[in-house]
Amino acid sequence: MEAGTLTPAGERRSALHRSPAARLPDRILKWGLTALSVGVIVLIAYFFVRLIVESRPVFQQVGVVNYLFSADWVPSKELYGALPLLAGTLITSAIALLLGIPVAVAAALFVTELAPRRVRGPLTVVVDLLAAVPSVVYGLWGFFFLIPKLQPAERWFADTFSFIPFIGGTVTGPNYFVAGLILAIMILPIASAISREVISTVPGEHKEAALALGATRWEMIRMAVLPYARGGIAGGAMLGLGRAIGETIAVTLVIGNAPVIGGSIFQQGYTLAAVIANEFGEAASNELHKAALIGAGLVLFVLTLCVNGVARAFVVRAERGTRAADQPAAGMAT
Amino acid sequence: MSSLAFAPVSGRRRRTDKIARGMVALLTGVALVPLVLILYYLVKQGIGAISLDFFTTDPTGSFLGDPGGIKSAIVGTVLMVALATAVAVPVGVGVAIWLVEFGRASKLAHAVRYFIDVMTGVPSIVFGLFVYITLVIGNVGGSSFAAWKGATAVALLMLPIVTRSAEVVLLLVPNALREAAYALGAPRWKVVFRIVLPTALPGIVTGVLLAIARAAGETAPLLFTAAAVNATAFNYNDSMNSLPMLIFKNVGQAQDRLVTIAWGAALTLVAMILMLTLLARLIQRRSRLS
Repeated sequence: MEAGTLTPAGERRSALHRSPAARLPDRILKWGLTALSVGVIVLIAYFFVRLIVESRPVFQQVGVVNYLFSADWVPSKELYGALPLLAGTLITSAIALLLGIPVAVAAALFVTELAPRRVRGPLTVVVDLLAAVPSVVYGLWGFFFLIPKLQPAERWFADTFSFIPFIGGTVTGPNYFVAGLILAIMILPIASAISREVISTVPGEHKEAALALGATRWEMIRMAVLPYARGGIAGGAMLGLGRAIGETIAVTLVIGNAPVIGGSIFQQGYTLAAVIANEFGEAASNELHKAALIGAGLVLFVLTLCVNGVARAFVVRAERGTRAADQPAAGMAT
Repeated sequence: MSSLAFAPVSGRRRRTDKIARGMVALLTGVALVPLVLILYYLVKQGIGAISLDFFTTDPTGSFLGDPGGIKSAIVGTVLMVALATAVAVPVGVGVAIWLVEFGRASKLAHAVRYFIDVMTGVPSIVFGLFVYITLVIGNVGGSSFAAWKGATAVALLMLPIVTRSAEVVLLLVPNALREAAYALGAPRWKVVFRIVLPTALPGIVTGVLLAIARAAGETAPLLFTAAAVNATAFNYNDSMNSLPMLIFKNVGQAQDRLVTIAWGAALTLVAMILMLTLLARLIQRRSRLS
C-alpha cells in the first residue's frame, strides 16, 4: 500500500474513491431496509386505526362506558355489555399468575442455584418444551382430561373451603379455575425462561459474600438472589400475563362460554378472546354484533399493550437497579 | 471468640433451609407434571388413530360414517406456514439488519423496536380480526376466505419473533469482522451479505425454526381467514384445511371417532413441532456465536 494513493494531491485517484454507480447498491440497501422498518410501524398504526374504525358502530350505539361496564351480553337482543368477558379475562389471568409464577420462579431457582450441574440442561429443555405444545392441544387435553379428572377435587375443595369468598357454591365442569390452570401451564415456559435469565445475572460475588457470612443456601437465595432479580421476575410475570390475556383457543374449550359473571372460581364464564373465536363466524351478517366483537378485540389489544408496557418498565427498572447495585452499596440486606 | 466464627448453624435455620429447598424442588417437580401428562395422554389417545390411511386420505366430514384421515390438514398447514415463512423471514431479517447495521440507537430505531415489541404482545386472534377486516371483508383477490389470507395472519405473528431473535444474533457478530471487511475496501452491502449474515446464519435459522414451530400450532389467526374445508387444496386463493383447525373443529363433536381423529392430528402436530424445536436447539448448539 502506498501512502501516496490516499493524498488527494496525487494525480491518481484515491483508493477510497468510489464511483456513484458503485455506491448505488449501498444506497438501495440502506433505503430499502429503512422503508421496510418504517413499513412495520405504519402497519401497526394502520392496524390500530382500522380496529377503532370498525368497532365504532357499537361504541356509538351502546356507549363506551356502557359497553365496558354493563353485564348483559345478549347478541340476539342487541345487548352488548362486555363486563362478563372482561371479568372472565381478568379472573382467569389472575388465577394463571397465582398458580404459574411461583412454580416458574421455583423452577428457575432450582435450575440456576440448586440442581446438580448434570440435570440443569435437560431440566431447562423440558420446561421449555411446554412452549412447543400448541394452544389447541392444551385445549383438547383440558377438555378431555383435566375437566373430568379435576371435578371431584374441585367439588371437595369448594365444600371444604366454602367460607372463603368466591370458592363455595356449585361446581360446573368447565370453569374459571380450569381455564386459569391451563393458562398457568402455558405461561410457565416464558415466565421461567425470563426468571432464569435474570437470576443467572446475579453476580457471583454477592452470592459468595452471603455464603461467606455464614448464610445457608436458602438464606443466600432470599438475601442475595431474589432482591437482585425481583424486577426482572416481575417483568417476566407481566409478559406471562400478556400471554394469558390474549390466549384464545385453549380457553375457549375449557371455560364454558357462558356470558355471565360466575359466582365462584368453579363456575363457568367467558373471556374476550373466546367470544371473538366463538361468535365471529355467525356475526358476519349482523353489523352491530360484528362491531361489538371487533370492539372486544380492541379492548384486548389495549389491555395487552398496557400490560406489556408495564412489563417493559419493570425490566428496564430492573436493569437500572442492577446497575445501581453494582456500585458499592451501604447496606446489602435489611 | 474465634471458634464462634464457625459456630454450627442453628437447628431452626437449618430446618428452614431444608424446607425451603425442598419446596423449590417440589415446585420444580410440579412444573414437569403437565408436560408428562400431556405427552402421555397424547400418545395414548392418538396412537390408535394413526395408520397409513390416516395420512393419505382427506377427512370425509361425515358424522356417523368413516371420518377419513387428515391429509388435507397436513398439506394445508405445510403450505400456509411455508407461505407465511416466505413472507415473514425476509421482512423480519431485513428489519433486524436495519436495526443493527443502520438504525442502531437512533430515534427511529427505538420506535421500530417499540412497535416490534407491541406486535409480540398482540394476541393472535386480534391478528386474525385484522386480516378479516382488511382482506376478507373486501373480498380482496376475488375470494372471501383464502389460504393466503390465513398465511398473512400467521406471517404477522411470526414477524416479531423472527426480528427479535435475528437482532440478538446480529448484535453478537464481532465488530472486528465488520471493520476488517471495511478496511479491505468492501462496500457496505457486501459486508452485510458476505460477512455479517453468513456469520449470524445459524442463529437466524434457529429463530426462524422456533417461529415456524409457534406458527404451525396457531389456530386463532386461521379461524376466520383461511376457514376450514375437508378436501385437499393447493390453490392459495381457496380455503384450506389445517391441523389446528381440524382439531378445534373435532373437539366439540359428540362423536368418539371424530375425537380420536383430533387426538391423532394433535399427536402429528406436536411431533412435527417438537422435531422443529429440537432441530433449532441442535443448530443453536453447533453455532459459533453465543
